[in-house]
Amino acid sequence: MASVSVPASGRGLLRRPVSVTGFWSWFTTVDHKKIGIMYGVVAFAFFVIGGLEALLIRAQLARPDGTLLNADQYNQVFTMHGLTMIFLFVMPMSSGLFNYLIPLMIGARDVAFPRLNAYSFWAFAMGGLFLYSSVFLGGAPNGGWFGYAPNSTTDPSIGMTFYALGLIITGIASTAGAINLAVTVINMRAPGLTLFRMPLFVWMGLVVQFLLVFSLPIITVALFQLLFDRRFDTAFFDPTRGGDPILWQHLFWLFGHPEVYILILPAFGIISEVLPVFSRKPLFGYQFVVFSGIAIGFIGFGVWAHHMFAVGLGPVANTAFGISTAIIAIPTGVKIFNWMGTMYGGDIRFASPMLFAIGAVSMFVIGGLSGVTHAIVPSDYQQTDTYYIVAHFHYVLFGGAVFGFFSAFHYWWPKVFGRRLGEAVGKAQFWVLLIGFNLAFGPMHILGMQGMIRREYTYPESLGLTFWNEISTVGAFLIALSVLMFLVNVVRTGLRRGVEAVEDPWDARTMEWMTTSPPPPHNFDEIPTVHALDEFWHRKYVEDERTGRLVPAQAGASDPHDVRGVAGAAPEEASGHGSGHSIHLPSPSYWPLVSSLGLPIMAYGVLYSWWLVGLGALVVLTGFYGWALEPSVAEE
Amino acid sequence: MSDLAVTPGHGPADAGSHDEHATVTGLPNTKIAMWLFLASECLLFGALITTYVLYRGASEIGPYPADIYDIPYTSVSSFVLLASSLTMVLALAAAQKRDGTRMRLWLIATAMLGLTFVGGQVYEFTTFYDEGLALGTNLFGTTFYVLTGFHGVHVTVGILMLLSLVGLSTLDRLPDDAAFPVEMVGLYWHFVDIVWIVIFTIVYLIPSPSGPPA
Amino acid sequence: MSDVETPFEQELGARDMPDPGEAGAPHHEHPSPKEYIRIGVILAVLTGLEVATYYVDVGGVLVPTLLGLAAVKFALVVMWFMHLRFDSPTYARFFLMGLAGAATLYLVVLISFGIFLVD
Repeated sequence: MASVSVPASGRGLLRRPVSVTGFWSWFTTVDHKKIGIMYGVVAFAFFVIGGLEALLIRAQLARPDGTLLNADQYNQVFTMHGLTMIFLFVMPMSSGLFNYLIPLMIGARDVAFPRLNAYSFWAFAMGGLFLYSSVFLGGAPNGGWFGYAPNSTTDPSIGMTFYALGLIITGIASTAGAINLAVTVINMRAPGLTLFRMPLFVWMGLVVQFLLVFSLPIITVALFQLLFDRRFDTAFFDPTRGGDPILWQHLFWLFGHPEVYILILPAFGIISEVLPVFSRKPLFGYQFVVFSGIAIGFIGFGVWAHHMFAVGLGPVANTAFGISTAIIAIPTGVKIFNWMGTMYGGDIRFASPMLFAIGAVSMFVIGGLSGVTHAIVPSDYQQTDTYYIVAHFHYVLFGGAVFGFFSAFHYWWPKVFGRRLGEAVGKAQFWVLLIGFNLAFGPMHILGMQGMIRREYTYPESLGLTFWNEISTVGAFLIALSVLMFLVNVVRTGLRRGVEAVEDPWDARTMEWMTTSPPPPHNFDEIPTVHALDEFWHRKYVEDERTGRLVPAQAGASDPHDVRGVAGAAPEEASGHGSGHSIHLPSPSYWPLVSSLGLPIMAYGVLYSWWLVGLGALVVLTGFYGWALEPSVAEE
Repeated sequence: MSDLAVTPGHGPADAGSHDEHATVTGLPNTKIAMWLFLASECLLFGALITTYVLYRGASEIGPYPADIYDIPYTSVSSFVLLASSLTMVLALAAAQKRDGTRMRLWLIATAMLGLTFVGGQVYEFTTFYDEGLALGTNLFGTTFYVLTGFHGVHVTVGILMLLSLVGLSTLDRLPDDAAFPVEMVGLYWHFVDIVWIVIFTIVYLIPSPSGPPA
Repeated sequence: MSDVETPFEQELGARDMPDPGEAGAPHHEHPSPKEYIRIGVILAVLTGLEVATYYVDVGGVLVPTLLGLAAVKFALVVMWFMHLRFDSPTYARFFLMGLAGAATLYLVVLISFGIFLVD
């Protein structure tokens, strides 16, 4: 790219990295696209690890009196499964998608703070590695992802200390990332891109970042209190000294419920992008979907105590939170009807992204309905801590978020990697996943109603739970097969030869398709000016005045580059008729990686030695000073 | 936060240019980020203060707050931190007038006042510890040390940022318009001050029950 | 979509084209050192009043008085020293979201513990 300059200079403690390609460039990159890909790869690796843990759980429970795992190992495996899927897979995978797509969708060259972005990614990766290092250092966390005190404070193994420290690190990463992306959406939109012309995916991204900014500090405090109780003999959650373990539950769920929407709203955004494209219709009731998304985010902060109905908060609190929980179903339901309205009467193409999106909507509806039954307090008393709850949240989070992610992978793969994933394998994978998923989690409704308790490592045959547990295990292995098919598809796609025409493979509507696939480092040669919602669509089609049908915008505009008018032209030409100045991108930097390295060192220090805390703090400070002293764009 | 010294609100799209109005809202990125961060910090300190309030008077054994508080001493500390907020805005006013010398003097004054506050807190903690209040002695010790300790760490980070500004300014490494980074560090510094305003009232001045819960 | 700004658009303080005269140049409206010092003196007096309650028995109004004084000091620092009075309302809205959110959520938590029922 002749018009792009990524200059470098040798000043400073570490020589400024120059290369923007090659293996080492990944460690120093500040490009939101590369960081997005790294988020995706690392998160998917954790998805596979978390999935293997799920298979261990299902293998253990396949038969009565299972002996594959003992009780202690089982506690560690189900805790790590939950932590991995929530904090190390769904959250970072969402971050990755937002990272890659938001700047492209709003016509920006990068996020607001590119180096902070790299820092967020590395801190997340360090937090994940730190958490998993517990396996080799005395045992993984074993108190559930919710870490209820006083079980979590009195457990003699080291696991829950790793839990507190590890989640504090990933929390720092998420907070930095959330502020960064929020500022990006607020401040870096292309000319003409008003808030109500933004793609739904960007809107949901904005809501999620605000939820993160306001909910993460709460869990951070709770984790510090847990850490101090375990490590420094404080009495926060110790009833023998007057402490109250219910405080932990309040602080945890004050974060924990907004977290549920942090996990699911990105999928809502994906669905809202995919359905209109494959129905060849605009999203039905765009503003309703936006406002219901905001409403979900807002009300999501007011329902936390429905996780605590059985605690004994009293009838007033239980009723109030039961009502607020029922109310949050309204904006969620609105979206479902919007999505159905989008598909109704549409020219539907059942390509694999569309299949996964439809799957996500339908599976989420099942999970949402079982969720409404939890809002009814007496009903919830029966369901609490049974497999009915496990069924519910897997339908919401696996059915919603994971189906949504696979839809996103298939839809945006050509954008990111320049070639489409295999369509046949993709469709087959969808059906295997759909069947496996329903076999795995559908029977859990029944098991829960039969009284099977969550988190029990085994059950006697006399309870009559064997049959549905067997079915569920079969389903779990089908899910694993489906993930394997996806990986095969990825490899086959990667090995395919030749250049593919993937500029606009789906006849898309939004701005990320207005540049080349994959996009150049600077995203757009010229930042487009936006005139409408679904800008790209409106550039391609106009309504014929007589017939009311859609016709291509320019007669004979067979070359989509003409319509695009942005990135298709050669850079020389672009700068020729453009403003003529070169584009300065932020230069690569070691410092985000260095400063994030200090975090796990400090965390190990809390476990083992104060000297390490000091060393870690020094590394963090070195990183920050190096960062502050180097210009964001190196001098030429 | 760490982008402060060098990123006066410019996105990468316009890095290298000095156009302050290039963002959609016309507001600098860094300043929006700082306010979002401070909004987030409200919930952080809120949770710590809530924990203190919840466990007020719940300690089953002493020492109780009334046994060991030295209100006149802490009042002086409060005045010191308040004064540091004043010197901070005076540093900003000097920076806005591009008076580098005055700016550095006021920044150093602010940092010194902050150091006095933190030193006072270290002395207070030591005294309380000698009088028998450790982290795990009772709920008062637990909640008091963790809340005020969190605040003290925030003050310390602020002092580091202030001294960094002084250093960068001396080395002539601040942007021409030094007012922006000074204003950003100032926002953080004042926030730490208002948290102390709340802590001083809720933790020290409102009398706590002196004895175990009934 | 029309070009008309929707209410939420205005609420976020976002505009299509930045207006250099208004939001972009808040620095020039900041208070003068004299005003800063005046606010500083008021803050000191208020703190003096707070400390005085330690020596003078004010009876049952003690807690409301102290909370009121703290709120006034808080507001003075935020409005003047942090310039929320002078800057774009966007910052104030973000900060208020955090502040009001914290106050509401944590009050509900404390109420659910019955903390305001005792003595």
